[in-house]
Amino acid sequence: MKTSWWLERGLRQAPLVLFILILAIFGALAPKFIGVANLVNIGVQAAPAGIVAIGMTFVLLTAGVDLSVGAIMFVGAAVAGKMALNGAPLWLALTAMVGVGAGFGVVNALFITRLRVAAFIVTLALLFVGRGFALWLTQTRAMNLPDAFLQLGSARMAGMPLPLVLFGLVALLAQGVLGRTPFGRQVLAVGHNRESASQAGINTTYVLGAVYLLSGVCAALGGILALGQLGAVTPKFGENYEFKAIAAAVLGGTSLFGGRGAVLPGTVLGALLIQSVENGLVLLNADPYLYPLITSGIIFSAVLLDSVRSFLLERACRRKIRMEAAD
Amino acid sequence: MNAPCALEFSGLAKSFSGVRVLTEVSLTVPAGHTLGLVGENGAGKSTLMNLVAGNLRPDAGEMRLNGVPHAPASSAAAAHAGVAFIHQELNLFPNLSIAENIFLTAFPRLGGTPVIDRSRVHARTAALLTEVGLALAPDTPVERLSTGQCQLVEIAKALSQDARLIILDEPTTSLGAHETATLFALMARLKERGIAMIYISHVLADVLRLCDDLVVLRDGAVVGQGSCNEFTHERLVSLMVGRSLTQFFPERKNRPAVEPVLEVCNLSEPNIVHDISFTLRRGEILGVAGLMGAGRSELARILFGLDPYAAGKIIMEGESLGRITPKQLIGRGLAFLTENRRAEGLCLEASIADNITLVALRDQTRTPFRLLDFNRWREAIATMRRAVRLTARADDAQPVRTLSGGNQQKVVLAKWLLAKPRVLILDEPTRGVDVGAKFELYQLIFELADRGAGILLISSEIEELLGLCDRILVMSRGELRADLPRAEFDREKILQAALPVEEGNA
Repeated sequence: MKTSWWLERGLRQAPLVLFILILAIFGALAPKFIGVANLVNIGVQAAPAGIVAIGMTFVLLTAGVDLSVGAIMFVGAAVAGKMALNGAPLWLALTAMVGVGAGFGVVNALFITRLRVAAFIVTLALLFVGRGFALWLTQTRAMNLPDAFLQLGSARMAGMPLPLVLFGLVALLAQGVLGRTPFGRQVLAVGHNRESASQAGINTTYVLGAVYLLSGVCAALGGILALGQLGAVTPKFGENYEFKAIAAAVLGGTSLFGGRGAVLPGTVLGALLIQSVENGLVLLNADPYLYPLITSGIIFSAVLLDSVRSFLLERACRRKIRMEAAD
Repeated sequence: MNAPCALEFSGLAKSFSGVRVLTEVSLTVPAGHTLGLVGENGAGKSTLMNLVAGNLRPDAGEMRLNGVPHAPASSAAAAHAGVAFIHQELNLFPNLSIAENIFLTAFPRLGGTPVIDRSRVHARTAALLTEVGLALAPDTPVERLSTGQCQLVEIAKALSQDARLIILDEPTTSLGAHETATLFALMARLKERGIAMIYISHVLADVLRLCDDLVVLRDGAVVGQGSCNEFTHERLVSLMVGRSLTQFFPERKNRPAVEPVLEVCNLSEPNIVHDISFTLRRGEILGVAGLMGAGRSELARILFGLDPYAAGKIIMEGESLGRITPKQLIGRGLAFLTENRRAEGLCLEASIADNITLVALRDQTRTPFRLLDFNRWREAIATMRRAVRLTARADDAQPVRTLSGGNQQKVVLAKWLLAKPRVLILDEPTRGVDVGAKFELYQLIFELADRGAGILLISSEIEELLGLCDRILVMSRGELRADLPRAEFDREKILQAALPVEEGNA
């Protein structure tokens, strides 16, 4: 099993290698790209999807998926927007938004753990329910929000932009939970094999439910940052965030088969990587219609690496009948 | 007065869907003693151990652990009560470290916070690893460990949970000589600490050497029990085999031709099979005997092109097959009935009709557009249903899931027969099939052989092999150990060949 382990480790470093490569290429083509101001800017732009991706990482680690995150952002924003326009204070609107995220997370968790419906189906259904509900709430009209929201996006904390600080805090906290609490380690065990985890005495229902709750809350937090950048709720708010989040997590080395991955550097690196590419292409005045092609090319290679890794691991784990003399 | 026994069973019984697998099992294991548990495949050893480990619940009887009634509701409850079951298939998480695997459900924490106290985890793991004699860092990922090392980690985990009874199920099957010696040395140390152990193994010499007491199981009942020095290797084998059960087999009229249909020459794949050679003739029923994990199913998978092989040759009807896919092999007339009927042999939710026509669907089509010819399709299904004598009560459109085990197996057989195979590999064809359906399946196997098909029959029931086969191959640890013609059929001879030869007698 040893050789394949080294190979696997090598494959896991791929995101970092890719990131450095991209920094170097864009840096050489456009020196402005690696300036501090631009790098901070990349961090700020990556923050909303990055935080959603952090929640998604927990779900993917259990071999599940949460397709409802974009819809959660939209519902949360619609509710918060309505409240703010009706004179509610900012903090109350934002708290309500986080509440919406937690509520949707609980609904996902209940269907998946209690009724044992496949996560893909439950969260896909909630995507449509959520978007439909938010469209009805907003009457499909864009809502321009009070300035307080936009100020949130440009506020600074300890000299750093608030979104970047929040992104960093959430990432640190999430990695702490994942790496340093029993819950985090149990998430990895459940993701590797739910049956074995349950036999080992882990409460798998609790673990599975909790990751969807976390994902819902993270989606709401990401939504708050996206509101801060846009200052408005449009009918397309939060659209495709589920794919951005999955892409960032997978690009950062989290396996879609569960049990493998991390928030730091993993998912954070993945989110930054995607944003760097977009940012670099803008600086190079590349054809905007090319962005999706290039980003999807990078994501495709990341997913391919994941499959190769799983295949190698499966081969290494084949049962041995006999010990060859060389061993 | 003596301390209470670590483990006592009295009158344990267990049935699965009406079939008795354990009857009136009573035994005791005193603290610090090692009990050897031996028996053939299906004798009930695993069921018995699953009762102790909380994976199953007994129908009758009582278990006592250290004098206290023991009725675990789950494996976690059994572990809490001090029972550790070290399975053949290890239950560690390769994506976690050694320390994390050991403390997964019992992490020490920093004060009242939910944060893991990593220095304490590290120190306690290091101490446990020293105890089991494993020189590895506590944060080594388990995927880097060999099977033997994993086993030691499992034992370390058992010690961390203060296990008073450790069950080892075939622990040496995938260990090298050195690792086996390490394990035995550790077992001796555990014994000194007063830990009771149950040791299950087919390596009888190890059992005789390591254990204090022995229990022999056959057909779910205790047939031999006593102190280890009352037993010899020969006596154990004859106890395990016992008298033959009376079972009825249909009469066989024809004898196989000489013409070979499948020849296997020096087939090898590292860690799986080694240097396998045999010839299957037209009309012959060739049995493959062996214990669980002898590599019989793995050999079948290689022959059917599902797994690769590193060296050797497979020749079918005079033509050498190189790397070839199952699809091509089916085209050449090979059929493979898997041992795992529900997961691999059938599409459970699909109808009887769809399952029967799954393999030979192209034959039910009509040119030019290869559209299904429903008349031909229906006719084929009706013919096959008659051929395998599928229950008339079932409708063609009924999902296969709703059928009994015997009828499900007939559907699988019908599916293959429709492709008109000339070589059939049958892996445990009568597993989970009731007696009546078994007899019908035997008749079908005979009819196939009479019509000239070569049949490779893998079975864990020696009776079945003795009753059906013209010749029996015996496998052990991925090697062919014996090739017996009908005249030399003998239960003891087969079992002797199937038992792994002692390795690493250190």
